[in-house]
Amino acid sequence: MKIMVAVKRVIDYAVKIRVKSDKTGVEMNNVKMSMNPFCEIALEEALRIKEAGFATEVIAVSMGPAQCVDTLRTGLAMGADRAIHVDTSTSSSATNLTPLSVAKLLKKLVDLEKPGLLILGKQAIDDDCNQTGQMVAGLLKWPQGTFASKVILDKEKQVATVEREVDGGLETLYLDLPAVITTDLRLNQPRYATLPNIMKAKSKVIKKVTLEELGVEIKPDLEIVQVTEPPKRKAGVIVSSVDELIDKLKNEAHVI
Amino acid sequence: LSQLVRWLGIKAEELGVEIYPGFAASEILYDSNHKVVGIATNDMGVAKDGSKRETFQRGVELKGRITLLAEGCRGSLSQKIMGNYKLREKVQAQHQTFALGIKEVWEIDESKHKPGSVLHTIGWPLDHKTYGGSFVYHMKDRQVSVGLVVALDYHNPYLNPYEEFQKLKHHPAIKRILEGGTVIQYGARTLNEGGLQSIPYPVFPGGAIIGCSAGFLNVPKIKGTHTAMKSGMLAAEATYGALHEGACMELYWDKLQKSWILDELYRARNFRPAFKYGLIPGLAFSALEHYILRGRSPLTLKHGKPDHEATEPASLHSPIQYPKSDGMLSFDVPTSLYRSNTNHVHDQPAHLHLRDPAIPKLVNLPHYAGPESRYCPARVYEYVQDDKGQPELHINAQNCLHCKACDIKDPKQNIEWTVPEGGGGPGYLVM
Repeated sequence: MKIMVAVKRVIDYAVKIRVKSDKTGVEMNNVKMSMNPFCEIALEEALRIKEAGFATEVIAVSMGPAQCVDTLRTGLAMGADRAIHVDTSTSSSATNLTPLSVAKLLKKLVDLEKPGLLILGKQAIDDDCNQTGQMVAGLLKWPQGTFASKVILDKEKQVATVEREVDGGLETLYLDLPAVITTDLRLNQPRYATLPNIMKAKSKVIKKVTLEELGVEIKPDLEIVQVTEPPKRKAGVIVSSVDELIDKLKNEAHVI
Repeated sequence: LSQLVRWLGIKAEELGVEIYPGFAASEILYDSNHKVVGIATNDMGVAKDGSKRETFQRGVELKGRITLLAEGCRGSLSQKIMGNYKLREKVQAQHQTFALGIKEVWEIDESKHKPGSVLHTIGWPLDHKTYGGSFVYHMKDRQVSVGLVVALDYHNPYLNPYEEFQKLKHHPAIKRILEGGTVIQYGARTLNEGGLQSIPYPVFPGGAIIGCSAGFLNVPKIKGTHTAMKSGMLAAEATYGALHEGACMELYWDKLQKSWILDELYRARNFRPAFKYGLIPGLAFSALEHYILRGRSPLTLKHGKPDHEATEPASLHSPIQYPKSDGMLSFDVPTSLYRSNTNHVHDQPAHLHLRDPAIPKLVNLPHYAGPESRYCPARVYEYVQDDKGQPELHINAQNCLHCKACDIKDPKQNIEWTVPEGGGGPGYLVM
């Protein structure tokens, strides 16, 4: 069984984000980029499943401009066997890939590669959409186990048992394979890409495909109207008595 | 510089050089003949208590016929090499002297921005006995870099270079440039000021030391990147000769001596040492040296005490009252630190080692009022009260900006800066 893992190149989680002065987006020039932390967890889970003997191959895929190759190299260094880069730099309409577009592209790649499991991070830390996994499951008509905090595979029955982190606690689902799983924080601790592995990854294959080759048409379906910084937190006020507190809650904050 | 280095990295990779960021060289490898054969990286995934975490990975040994150390000012491995092979003694070089530079990159009003403009100041807010000065460089994209450099041979243990920098920004000449702008990034790093007198013999069996680790900064020019780059080029030529033509690395030293680096540093050698007599004598002598003697004076002034010995006991000084930050021009340390994008994996042993854990309580705090809690631009060192009300030194290694000031200035040389787990540290993007 093959496992496909979708990874996204995002601004590194430790970088302080600045909004561009023209409010069209955030400052991306000279900014450190890395693999989305949830995607790292997804890749780690795929590698563990393969190491446990349930899969033969882990394929890492990413979509975007040429620099996505860096993220894929990290994935290869962690242990993925090969990688596919969907190059969107030649297409003018695909400058900002939205979740539905990514889902459509993933569906095409899944049709081509026929993996038994598609694992993604639950959301990307730049847009926090939390949509791609669910959308691609819908397009593929595959079962989905999102916010996975534990994944156990049964090879014979071709079933994945997924423990999900939901608002009320933990929910356990049995999914018939092939299935889509999106990963949550507590699933695992991703491994370091060691120096020897990084060196070996340089010779691993990254296949490049264009949107035309995949035969998928990408129409921008979301338009970013404005990006602004969150409003500055106002300083707190220390009140001198309970009466004053009630007064403020009633007349200033209008909450009682 | 971070932008320049990234650009150079792309060029190097295009030429086939393999670059592996995110791995820290923590150990030098020797063969049985005490020749350097390479370096080893540190283990990754070690927990705070020293045990192995789930993600533990052993470090790797990287061996090479020639090892070049380019760690910048006060390189941790370079220090060990210079000690092991007695590289300073070999050429009767003096000790290295240092300064701490604290810098911010601002995005300012279009109307106040003059790309290419350079401003240097000396004197205020530092007193006459403390060498240092500030700089304001106008870069592109409405960005301005502003900073204060404080020589680390200062005497007053209550001096806080970070707070002096905050004071500086309120000076009318600086304030009018920065007003209305926003800070994009913050950082700090030490630089060497020893010049010609402090250059060690830079070749050791199996390799050489290049750039600021050896120390080629031209102090009166306040410029060291040009000599550092040239030293790298000369080392490359010598390395090529050693690898392919059977020549020896000692050729690097010959090339240095014949190059414009040492000639330039020779003519600049007396400016900084003159300031050990104070600001006015220093300026007077510098004028003499520059305009009349033109760097060809017959004598070579020597440096004063090493920086860590220059700190006087706290009893001879009184605490300095620094104004509170206003949040617009001046800021507190946590706010500034956030802008440096510095981060280390939390669950790892502290990379700052105390050779003797008792010394902070026995020496640093009672005699010098804990200077490390003042000169560190990242607030790594804090004296907090333990349960019995006794002061304890707390090391917040996660904040570290890798400036090396503590390694330099600690009075008993008790603090040793070692490399943290690979990948950790400040995230300078526009600095």
